[in-house]
Amino acid sequence: MASLVGSRVERKEDKKLLTGRGKYTADVTFAHQTYAYFVRSPHARAQIKNVDISKASKASGVVAVLTGKDIANDKIGGLIAGWRIKSEDGSDMKVPAHPPLASESVNYVGDHVAVVIAESLDEARNAAELVKVDYKVLKAVVKTDEAMKSDSIYKDIPKNLCFDWLLGDRAKVKEAFDSADKIIKVDLINNRLVPNAMEPRAANADYNPSTEEITLYTTSQNPHLARIIISAFNAVAPENKLRVIAPDVGGGFGSKIYPYAEEVVCSWASKKIERPVKWVADRTESFLSDCHGRDHVTHAELAVKNDGTFLGFKNETIANIGAYASVFATVTPTYLFGPCATGVYKMPAAYSNVKAVFTNTAPVDAYRGAGRPEATYTIEVLVEKAARELGMDPAEIRMKNFPTEFPFQQTLVHSVDSGDYNAGLKKAMEVADYKGFEKRKKDSEANGKIRGIGFCTYFEACGIAPSAVVMSLGCGIGLWESAEVRFNPTGNVTVFTGSHSHGQGHDTTFAQIAADQLGVPLENIEISHGDTDKGPFGYGTYGSRSLTVGGTAIVKACDKIIAKGKKVAAKMLEVNESDVEFKDGEFIVAKSNQKKTIGEVAFACYLPGTYGEVKSPLPEGEEPGLKETSFFDPGNFSFPAGSHICEVEIDPDTGTTEVAKYTAIDDFGTIINPLIVEGQVHGGLAQGIGQALYENCHYDDSGQLVTASYMDYTMPRADNFPEFNLGFTCTPATSNPLGTKGCGEAGAIASPPAVMNAVMNAIGTDISMPATAEKVWNACQKMKKSNSKAA
Amino acid sequence: MKVFSEEGKTMKKITLEVNGKKVSKEVADHTVLSVFLREVLNLTGTHVGCDTSQCGACVVHADGKSIKSCTALAADLDGSKVTTIEGLVSNGKMHPMQEAFKKLHGLQCGFCTPGMVMSAIDLLKHKKNPSDKEIRDWLEGNICRCTGYQNIVAAVKEAATKM
Repeated sequence: MASLVGSRVERKEDKKLLTGRGKYTADVTFAHQTYAYFVRSPHARAQIKNVDISKASKASGVVAVLTGKDIANDKIGGLIAGWRIKSEDGSDMKVPAHPPLASESVNYVGDHVAVVIAESLDEARNAAELVKVDYKVLKAVVKTDEAMKSDSIYKDIPKNLCFDWLLGDRAKVKEAFDSADKIIKVDLINNRLVPNAMEPRAANADYNPSTEEITLYTTSQNPHLARIIISAFNAVAPENKLRVIAPDVGGGFGSKIYPYAEEVVCSWASKKIERPVKWVADRTESFLSDCHGRDHVTHAELAVKNDGTFLGFKNETIANIGAYASVFATVTPTYLFGPCATGVYKMPAAYSNVKAVFTNTAPVDAYRGAGRPEATYTIEVLVEKAARELGMDPAEIRMKNFPTEFPFQQTLVHSVDSGDYNAGLKKAMEVADYKGFEKRKKDSEANGKIRGIGFCTYFEACGIAPSAVVMSLGCGIGLWESAEVRFNPTGNVTVFTGSHSHGQGHDTTFAQIAADQLGVPLENIEISHGDTDKGPFGYGTYGSRSLTVGGTAIVKACDKIIAKGKKVAAKMLEVNESDVEFKDGEFIVAKSNQKKTIGEVAFACYLPGTYGEVKSPLPEGEEPGLKETSFFDPGNFSFPAGSHICEVEIDPDTGTTEVAKYTAIDDFGTIINPLIVEGQVHGGLAQGIGQALYENCHYDDSGQLVTASYMDYTMPRADNFPEFNLGFTCTPATSNPLGTKGCGEAGAIASPPAVMNAVMNAIGTDISMPATAEKVWNACQKMKKSNSKAA
Repeated sequence: MKVFSEEGKTMKKITLEVNGKKVSKEVADHTVLSVFLREVLNLTGTHVGCDTSQCGACVVHADGKSIKSCTALAADLDGSKVTTIEGLVSNGKMHPMQEAFKKLHGLQCGFCTPGMVMSAIDLLKHKKNPSDKEIRDWLEGNICRCTGYQNIVAAVKEAATKM
């Protein structure tokens, strides 16, 4: 039987999604449905003096109007920060209370004040306008780099400082810098972004008063985590009385990893009014209240020798985490950022110091890449600048500092198991025709355009797991993954996974893995996920973890199935278990033509006895049935790496930057389905190029979100991109039996520096993201002036 | 199912053909087509991704032309023929555009897909063999966050050879 791993298998989930038969949360409507509309703060920072619901309560169709006081009276807990970070001085991070509905103060535009529940959405929306909130408006703290110098938003959090974290050795770094020939410095802004999954967040909670069970449909990347948080921390219902279903989910990119106020409120409200409560965000609500991404202000320095050898690295960053500390808000700018900021290089000394600040803006949390795009941008812009200042080729300086022996103990945390960074970069230069760049540049010049080229070589730490490691670093949960492989009596298979697919194609990839392991045809395997009532607890999908952690759990569960199958087959064939081999779905007795298919063995496991034609007594001590569960907790993260080369062409008259050529060579270890992996890279690149050239989340000085719709926030469109050139190298991961490393975030990690290095190469001056036409045009004008002066 | 208020609103009886079937319903004058399709007819394949006619997840065909159903009033479409994503399958077979999206991995989360497919079909009515640039320009009104558009462009080209 040909292996399915490595094949371009068309996706099993596509037909339903292509024919309008998908089921997203907004598509779910219950009998006796009610509709929720949230009253949100129009101010970035204010005290709530009074909430008057008297008119709204009497409005047409209104079932209930609930406020922060109601939720506090019912002792519903606040939203949580899931990762505890300690400051350099050993003190714990400081986080404010985050009630699902505010009763005392509001801290960003869009903060939740009350919810109106009505028979129809129109009625809920109309009545929401009748809720009168008396605010005392206070001066908002908005800007990342001014937060520590501004008024304290929360009285017990001085300087708005959540933590002041250090990773690395300042003294060693000082020594390295003292011995350097040259210090390269950059000041960078990693622009704030809005994840913008195309499906707006939604929740529909249905409480059944007779069973006291809540069924919550929600747009989640992680339904099990939603259940445990809403149960254990928000205290809405015990875990066994809360079923969370994340059906088809229309993209997440990090923004749907954890539950928000709306899920908590809908679940609680449904219990209160004993009717289902449905909420669907409109796009502006999504902009206002989804967690945002990035938002760093960084000063970084690289100490180098004149020959280009790196000696040391400093990273001083202020990270804006918004008004409250969201679930992964504190780990994103620390352990997901700091270690990777030294890049893919040998770096004898390094430190990352991060000050996380509260501001009166929407909470900031993980967004595709989470910390690693910020890290990679920092080091890669710095390295390219070092090459420029030392007069070296950007490839040469990188190769000089690549590690060549693996495992490679990276400076700050990670032991990188495998890689071949030289091979990746060489391949990228070939595919990108680096040698031909000068000619293309001249051709562009002949057309009145300026052409630039930019490199990025990256590694990242993903496959987010090792529970022992992440918990020692402050994570409040383990991060293993589960799988249950269940043979049905007639020989087909259902695989339950604790991870979740919202575009990644697990229904296909995971089925390919199970098909290869069990020798069962792909069409006889279903993957089940997204429902806490089906299958075991799991930790969901983010951090490029599903395949390396969840996929491995499937392999392990299949191993157990085969182990049991061997015993049963041996009994059926009346031979010793040690004589039975398993291959391509058959248990075969060595040196004979005796065999049983795995389907026959499964059937025997469910009919353990002798009855007419059926002769399938189980071995003594064996339980009936054929179903195995595995919980896989890897020993290490996985470390994808790669080399991306971007060429841009700039029109100096308009400032428009066009990505003319983009080459991405990635090492994701073993690839299960190239069709899906290429799609993941394309999507990541589009988001990364979006960050570099188009997207920017902008609050004005009063804390109003200026970019709160697709009319104002530049989402990348089809005509913004060229056709990307993709290629792969492969050094299998050693931390999981599949050898996979994860591919979901790489594109978004590598592309912002590749694009920006190309833009800066073209215009010869530093420029911040996004490199909009206006900024680039101004830079071109300056360049023209200084050129004419020089002439 | 009632998601729009009837109180104080003018109701109008409209009759149209949706996916080949005649439907007659009372709608409020402010009911947009996407709400009518999703909430009144339970055709939830048409998605709503924004409120400003930008994202294109809600594209359907009205009298053969692609329109954004989130900004068309249902009452204005009285008497027209509407085709949604659910109406493309014929005799159990997917439309060549749907087949091409499947073959070339032109979708990931699937949320923008119905609008993308409906819009792409309309493009091929205007232009039999569009270039990459023509496809990208046409689809400028359909936002996808997952695919980076590359495989969508490839799928449209593939479908053009089959239609």
